[in-house]
Amino acid sequence: MSSTAPTKRSQPTNTLPSGKGVYDWVKPFLTTTVGMKVTTAITGTALTLFVIAHLIGNLKIYDGRDSLNAYAHFLKSLGPWLWVARIGLLVAFTLHLVFALYLKKRSSDARPVKYAYKQTVQASWASRTMPWTGLVILAFVLFHLAHFTLGMVGTTDARQEMARKIVQVGYMDLIDDKGRPDVYSMVVAGFSNNIVCVCYVIAQLLLMVHLSHGIASVFQTLGLNTPRIQPALKRLAWGIAILIAIGNIGIVASVRLSWLGDSYVPITRVGDAPPAPVSQPVGEQATPPKKN
Amino acid sequence: MKLTLHVWRQKDQKTPGRMETYPADHVSEDMSFLEMLDTVNEGLIHSGKEPIAFDHDCREGICGSCAMMINGMAHGPEKGTTACQLHMRKFHDGEQIYIEPWRAKAFPVLKDLVTDRSAFDRVIQAGGFVSVNTGGTPDGNALPIPKENADTAMDAASCIGCGACVAACPNASAMLFVSAKVTHLASMPQGQAERRDRVLKMVDQHDKEGFGHCTNIYECEAACPKGIGVKFIAQLNRDFLTSSMKVVNKREATGADAAAG
Repeated sequence: MSSTAPTKRSQPTNTLPSGKGVYDWVKPFLTTTVGMKVTTAITGTALTLFVIAHLIGNLKIYDGRDSLNAYAHFLKSLGPWLWVARIGLLVAFTLHLVFALYLKKRSSDARPVKYAYKQTVQASWASRTMPWTGLVILAFVLFHLAHFTLGMVGTTDARQEMARKIVQVGYMDLIDDKGRPDVYSMVVAGFSNNIVCVCYVIAQLLLMVHLSHGIASVFQTLGLNTPRIQPALKRLAWGIAILIAIGNIGIVASVRLSWLGDSYVPITRVGDAPPAPVSQPVGEQATPPKKN
Repeated sequence: MKLTLHVWRQKDQKTPGRMETYPADHVSEDMSFLEMLDTVNEGLIHSGKEPIAFDHDCREGICGSCAMMINGMAHGPEKGTTACQLHMRKFHDGEQIYIEPWRAKAFPVLKDLVTDRSAFDRVIQAGGFVSVNTGGTPDGNALPIPKENADTAMDAASCIGCGACVAACPNASAMLFVSAKVTHLASMPQGQAERRDRVLKMVDQHDKEGFGHCTNIYECEAACPKGIGVKFIAQLNRDFLTSSMKVVNKREATGADAAAG
């Protein structure tokens, strides 16, 4: 017996969502206000965890030049994994920023005529200024990347290893005695500029304000908040925010107060060459290197 | 007591409005805020001017009709009180009082302080039906409901839909209203069958009406005359998260996606 009617053999099996199904699954998180808030909360959590990990790594500066440079060298040696982390961070940062700004635009449109008498009852200053503190932090992150990741902002004195001349080089050209990038000297040199230090301190204080609302807000947005734990969450958020600020500002302060750094002049290989032959004895120069 | 009122006057939806100043010289401390407006209106009528239009109905704080921002606070300075239950003893003699309508794109001003709040009705409608058995009256306690759940549902159901949460929210978000309506039915056994679908549909409709998003600022909670807490918004977020992950097939079946456009 044969039939022209479609049988279950010609129909897709009802298995895990695929194609449109997957899009449907993600769609609420990309299109609805509540879903976009959830995405903002999750990416915000990821960024906060990064800030905490970043701070813990930075604290190695108190352990000395060798420790911090070894840590930086380890991160660089991760190779492709470093790029996985960087791209992950970039995606989280972009989603957080784009969704937050889109929602802000949307909420501005939701009240076309503003109130003549502006008043709030229990909203915190932090909660009302999230977009603005966030934008300042964006500007700071770009500056910070240019400053310490790309080394485009300043130069510093460095001693050439062979020629023993003092030259002005970028932060990326500093090396330590083991040939690794000298992150320690870069930080000390970076915070020798007053304006840079003020920028860092202001950015860290605004990050503290941003996180004081953001961390507590994550729990509410993910539906984990209850009236019982709400006061505790508020304190937790402030606690984490203040600790991060103290940790980061502490490094700037330690450099300024000369607790970190010393009269050490960093080494560079830029433009380095063996000293001019004129200054060396003729006899030594003529001796061919011994072959073992 | 003598007061100076700064009131938003707007002829109709299309005409742009502006703040106008009126003296209110014979105000008793025992008047409610709406009675005070009534006396001011009488004076305006006597002098041949258009009275201030404002919404009101029960005047006992349960209907949710009266809606006005008083000195930048929804329903005025007193906590857990509608404007009609607010008394003039809460103000000082000689005070300047600013009275404005709810400000939100989803609540267009119809005249003076009167806004069109039918966006709330459409959000409720989007929530759809509740499956209950027809027939005779069910026996008492035939359907066991834990006391705590009944209390939560009752607390959520005390929302009178006045729109103060939208008015007070810096983002003009109606999340407190939607969350109260969602939690109300989600706390009851009768509301479970459509629970997953309902929250997605109501949030979709909320967004379509042009309300803003929730940034957990909690001004709504302070403004609500019925004391609806932001814990209901956490519940809404919880339901929204779990529903988004579960109802792929059901949404297609019920056409919720098509309705959402």
